[in-house]
Amino acid sequence: MTTLTDTPKQGFRLSQLIYDTRYRSITIQVIATVLIVAALWWLARNTVANLTALGKDFTLEFLGNRSGYDINQRLIAYDSNATHGRAALVGILNTLLVAGLGCVLATILGVIFGVLRLSKNWIVSRLAAVYVEGFRNVPLLLWIIAIFAVMTESTPSPRDFRGENPVASMALADNVAITNRGAYIPEPLFANGLGDVEIKPGGVFADLYFNVSIDLIVILLTLVVSLLVVKLVNTRAADIQNATGVRPTTWWVNLLIIVAPIAALLWGLGFYLGKPELSGFNFSGGTHLRNSLLALWLALSLYTGAFIAEIVRGGINAVSKGQTEAAFALGLRPNRTMRLVILPQALRVIIPPLISQFLNLTKNSSLAIAIGYMDVRSTLGGITVNQTGRELEGILLVGLFYLLLSLAISTGMNWFNDRVKLKER
Amino acid sequence: MKKSIMLGALAVAGLTAASASASTLDDVKARGKLNCGVLSGLTGFSQPDANGVWEGFDVAVCRAVAAAVLGDSTAVEFVPLTTQVRFTALASGEIDILARNTTWTFSRDTDLKLDFIGVNYYDGQGFMVPKSLGVTSAKDLDGATVCIQTGTTTELNLADFFRANNISYEPIPIETNAEAQQQYLAGACDVYTTDASGLAATRATFEAPGDHVILPEIISKEPLGPVVRHGDNEWGDIAMWTLNALIAAEELGVTSANVEELSAAATTNPEINRLLGTEGDLGAMIGLDAQWAVRAIAAGGNYGELFEKNIGVNTPIGLARGLNAQWTEGGLIYAPPFR
Repeated sequence: MTTLTDTPKQGFRLSQLIYDTRYRSITIQVIATVLIVAALWWLARNTVANLTALGKDFTLEFLGNRSGYDINQRLIAYDSNATHGRAALVGILNTLLVAGLGCVLATILGVIFGVLRLSKNWIVSRLAAVYVEGFRNVPLLLWIIAIFAVMTESTPSPRDFRGENPVASMALADNVAITNRGAYIPEPLFANGLGDVEIKPGGVFADLYFNVSIDLIVILLTLVVSLLVVKLVNTRAADIQNATGVRPTTWWVNLLIIVAPIAALLWGLGFYLGKPELSGFNFSGGTHLRNSLLALWLALSLYTGAFIAEIVRGGINAVSKGQTEAAFALGLRPNRTMRLVILPQALRVIIPPLISQFLNLTKNSSLAIAIGYMDVRSTLGGITVNQTGRELEGILLVGLFYLLLSLAISTGMNWFNDRVKLKER
Repeated sequence: MKKSIMLGALAVAGLTAASASASTLDDVKARGKLNCGVLSGLTGFSQPDANGVWEGFDVAVCRAVAAAVLGDSTAVEFVPLTTQVRFTALASGEIDILARNTTWTFSRDTDLKLDFIGVNYYDGQGFMVPKSLGVTSAKDLDGATVCIQTGTTTELNLADFFRANNISYEPIPIETNAEAQQQYLAGACDVYTTDASGLAATRATFEAPGDHVILPEIISKEPLGPVVRHGDNEWGDIAMWTLNALIAAEELGVTSANVEELSAAATTNPEINRLLGTEGDLGAMIGLDAQWAVRAIAAGGNYGELFEKNIGVNTPIGLARGLNAQWTEGGLIYAPPFR
C-alpha cells in the first residue's frame, strides 16, 4: 500500500498564473493596477497636451491677483481690492456657515418628524409622512428655487416701509423687518467694547488675516468657566446623594452660576441691541440675513431632514419592543421612555447613516449658485474661474475643498460614533 | 448650467482631444452644422421666437457665418449659455463661435486665449431704476441693492465705479437676464445694471416700460463682439470677414433685396464685385467659394438691415444707431477694404 506523500515536484509554469488559485488573485490585481495607472497616465498626458494646444499653463498664481468683484455676504473683511484667494476664503466660510446651520436644523427636524411619524395619533403620523414623502421625492433644486421665489415675491420690498401710511411695517415691536431682500434683525453691540485683535499670518497664508472680537472671547471664556463650576456643583450633589440618599436642590444655584456672571459682564461691556432702521434704499444697522441664505438653509434642512426622519424612524424601530415594555413596567412615562431608553439605543443605528446625510447636505450646498448665494462654488468656482479663465485649477480647487471638508466631517462623526456605539468588553 | 461647466472642465481635462487639434472649419463642414453660443434670452439680441427659431442681432452673426461656410443659414445649433460658462464652452470646443454680447477686453483676448473677431455693437454699461425712486444720477445710488450678472465685465466695472465714487452698494448676483428681470420687478433690487443695449431690450419687455428710467451715466466702454478660440486663425478669419462683409455691404449699398441681382454679373463698382465674388477670388483665400459673402448677406441682410430689424428705432427696443452708425455717418462701424 502506498501512501500519498509528496505532491509531485514541478517547476513553476506560466499557466499557473491563471489556473492556480494561489496566483490568480495576484495576477488579476497586477493587471488591474497596470490598467488604472495607464488610464491615469493617459488622462494626465492628455490634459497637458490639450492645455499646451490651447496655450494655457497650470498655475495657482491667479489666487494672489486682485479679484475686482464684490461679494454681498462676507463673514470676514473683503472688498474688490482683495485677492481671488481671499474671495475663495469668503466663499468657503459661507459654505461652512450654511452647511453648519443646515446640519443642525436638519437634525432637529429629522428627529422630531422621525418620532412623530411613529406616533399612535393618526393625524400626527400622517402629517409627518406627508412632510417626509413630499420633501424626499422632489428634487432639492426645485425646493431651493421655490422657497427663494416665495420669499422674494410674497414679502414687501424696503420701499414699502416708507412714507406716511406704509404698506408694510416691522414686526416684533419694530425690531425685525422682513423684506424681499431678507430679514433684518437686531444685532448685539457693546457700548464699551474691548475692540478686536487682528490675526495676521505671513507668507502664503497672508490672505488668511481676520479680526477676532475680544468681547466674544471674554463672553465665551466666562461661559466655559460657569459651565465648569456647574459641573463641579453637580458632582458634589451626586456625592451627597450617594452618601445620604437625598439630593440637594441645585437648579437655582446652577442658574445663578450661569446667568449672573454673563449678565454682569454684558452690563459692564454696555450691551445693547442695534435695531435695523430704514435709511436710503435699504435698512441699515442690525444684522441682514439675506433671502439667499435663508432660502438655501431652509431648503437644505427640510430636504435632508426628511431623510434623517426616515433614519431616525428606522433606528427607533430597530430597538427591541421589549425595551419599551420593560421601561413601561418600571413606570416610566412614554416621553421619558423615548428620551432615556429608546433614543440612546437607537442612536447607535442612527449615527452611521446620519454621517452620509451630513455629507450630502454639505455637498448639496453647492446648489447655492441657483439663487445667488455666494458660496465657494459661486466665488472660486464661478466668478473667479470666469474672470481669470482658470477653469481647470478653479474646479480642481473647489473639488479638493469639498473632499477635505467631507473627510473632516466623517472623521468627526466617526469619532462621535465610536463614543456612543455599544462597548463590547 | 452646472452640467456645461463640468462638461467644459472635463473636456479641458482631456476627454475630447479632437477639439484643440483639428481645424474648426473642417469640423464644422464634417458636422454640417455650426455650433453657436448665444445668450439664453434677450429680446432683440438672441431669443427663440414662438416657433422656437432663434432670432436676434447676435443670432444673425451666426446665421451669416453658417450661410457663408455651409450654404445654409439654418444649419446652426444654438447653445444658450450663461455668462459664467460661455468661455469654458468655447475653450472646450463645445461651440465654434460665441456671439453673446461679450465685451472685448485685453485679458480675455490674451490670457483667456480667445480671439475677438470684431465689434458688432459698441455699448457701455448703464443703470436702470424705477422712476418712483426719484433717482436722477448713478452717483445717488449710495446703499442701493444692485442686480448684476456674475462673471461679466459689468461686475468689475460696478465695483470700480462705486469704489471710485466712494459710495456703497449691495450686489445681488444672478445668472441670467430673465432672473435679473424677475428680481428687479419684484423689488428685490433697486437697480439693474448691464450694457445699455441690454437694459433697453429688457425694459422693452416690461408691462409698463415708462415706469423705469435708464440713468444718464454710461460708466464703461463695452465693445461687444463675436469670439472664437485663439490659435485657429483660418477659422477666425472666416468669422471676422463674414462680419466685415455684412458691414461693408451696408456701406456699399448691398442689401438682402438686391444682393442676388448685384452678384449675377459684375457691376461698375469693383469693391462690390470683389465682395460678391464676381471679380477676383477673395473666397478662395479664406478657404470658401466665391459666393460666400452673397450667402452671408442674403441670410438676413447687411449690418444696417440686421440692426433695424432686430433692435432699431422701429422695434420695441428702439435703439438709435448712435456709435453703431457707419463711419460715413459719424459712427464707429467700419470695415477694412475688401481687396
